[in-house]
Amino acid sequence: MSLYRDEGVVLRTQKLGEADRIITILTRRTGKVRGVAKGVRRTMSRFGARLEPFSHVDLQLHAGRSLDVITQVETLRPYGEALVTDYPRYTAGTAMLETADRLIMGEKEPALRQFLLMLGGLRTLAEGTHEPRLVLDAFFLRSLAVAGYAPALSGCARCGAEAVRAFAIASGGVVCGACRPAGAAVPAAETIALMIALLRGDWAAADASESRHRTECSGLVAAYLQWHLEQGIRSLRHVEREWAGRDPVGRDPAGRDPIGWEWPERRASHPEEAARTR
Amino acid sequence: MYEGVVQNLIDELGLLPGVGPKSAQRIAFHVLAADPADVKRLAHALLEVKEKVRFCRICGNVAAEDECRICRDPRRDPQVICVVEESKDVVAIEKTREFRGRYHVLGGAISPIDGIGPDDLKIRELMARLADGQVTELILATDPNLEGEATATYLARLVKPMGLKVTRLASGLPVGGDLEYADEVTLGRAFEGRRLLDV
Ligand SMILES: [Zn+2]
Ligand SMILES: [Zn+2]
Repeated sequence: MSLYRDEGVVLRTQKLGEADRIITILTRRTGKVRGVAKGVRRTMSRFGARLEPFSHVDLQLHAGRSLDVITQVETLRPYGEALVTDYPRYTAGTAMLETADRLIMGEKEPALRQFLLMLGGLRTLAEGTHEPRLVLDAFFLRSLAVAGYAPALSGCARCGAEAVRAFAIASGGVVCGACRPAGAAVPAAETIALMIALLRGDWAAADASESRHRTECSGLVAAYLQWHLEQGIRSLRHVEREWAGRDPVGRDPAGRDPIGWEWPERRASHPEEAARTR
Repeated sequence: MYEGVVQNLIDELGLLPGVGPKSAQRIAFHVLAADPADVKRLAHALLEVKEKVRFCRICGNVAAEDECRICRDPRRDPQVICVVEESKDVVAIEKTREFRGRYHVLGGAISPIDGIGPDDLKIRELMARLADGQVTELILATDPNLEGEATATYLARLVKPMGLKVTRLASGLPVGGDLEYADEVTLGRAFEGRRLLDV
């Protein structure tokens, strides 16, 4: 396949030489791809602003020896346009892009579920129907789950006991009193319930949560994520809590999960997506 | 690869913005072939700029003294401040001869993925300038790309309680290009900018 076509979300761009950029894209079929966009920094470039972070694009690439070359781009949804006018949403989105880039280490290894999560996460952020930090935490928890690092939330991560007390990052989630390592955080039961709601897509419960539990949840999720990545997410430091949006509760009467998460029980329900992975 | 000193020069040149490996090599061989007096003048200019040029204590623009030429000019309107990312943007706007107010140079744009947040830019200095109430209009002329837009969004929200008139340049369209050749996203931005100016 010297010439191939795919759709993807632009995760990051880096300057290359005089007028080019290396564009990192999370694609539907090919996984993470790094492609060169030649001449993209010139004002008259035919790529224009299509290859900026957050853009959902349809693109054609020419497979090269080290880097592929982007030959054609069409915008499907310029999510950056919606996010950039709202600073908290923009910073949350940036943390999503950086996390996906870091969690998906291999290039050209299909990562369909991460791609769908990214698309759903960006769409949800752009719609503005839920607090951005909740969307970000849901995205983090689900990305970790897809990568095989889902935290245990409903039974002790070590012994399976039902009565849990603390959240121990190194143990892999909630732990019971007997298994609790020294120094493990003891979050409110509501905070653990919020994490479960975000992971499963129970937005009615998540939107109804109290601010202090959201803050505690964000702290635990961020710590858990960064422990698994063994390195900080740089943009996380700049994510803002403040949100000027409308009250989102009840905006989605269908109870639809906007990130489009398929909780494992329902995973087999999209045969055409399953077929595409192969 | 070349002999040590030549390769050193190529490597150093290659660190400059916009200079790729091929250009670095071209410049290096140009220097090798050039008249020694010309090269001395270039080297002197490089050293001198680091010794003599400072940043204006008011606006952050490059300056030969404590304050830049524009901040010292009494004919410039003190009620309007145009916020830009870099000193080179000041030069570009000055060339249009459209703007008679003053500037504020942020020193970059917010880019969380590169670890650059609001605290890493000269935003506190801008807020200090706005505190006395003399400024009535703030023009946000950050770059028409994602980081520039995000920075403008951040600043607009930050100064909102001050009740200033905040405008955004309708930039982003390729200079000298036909509208039909502009891509949809860029064109959209330009129109959005126009609406903002009407507010
Ligand atoms: Zn236990
Ligand atoms: Zn000045």
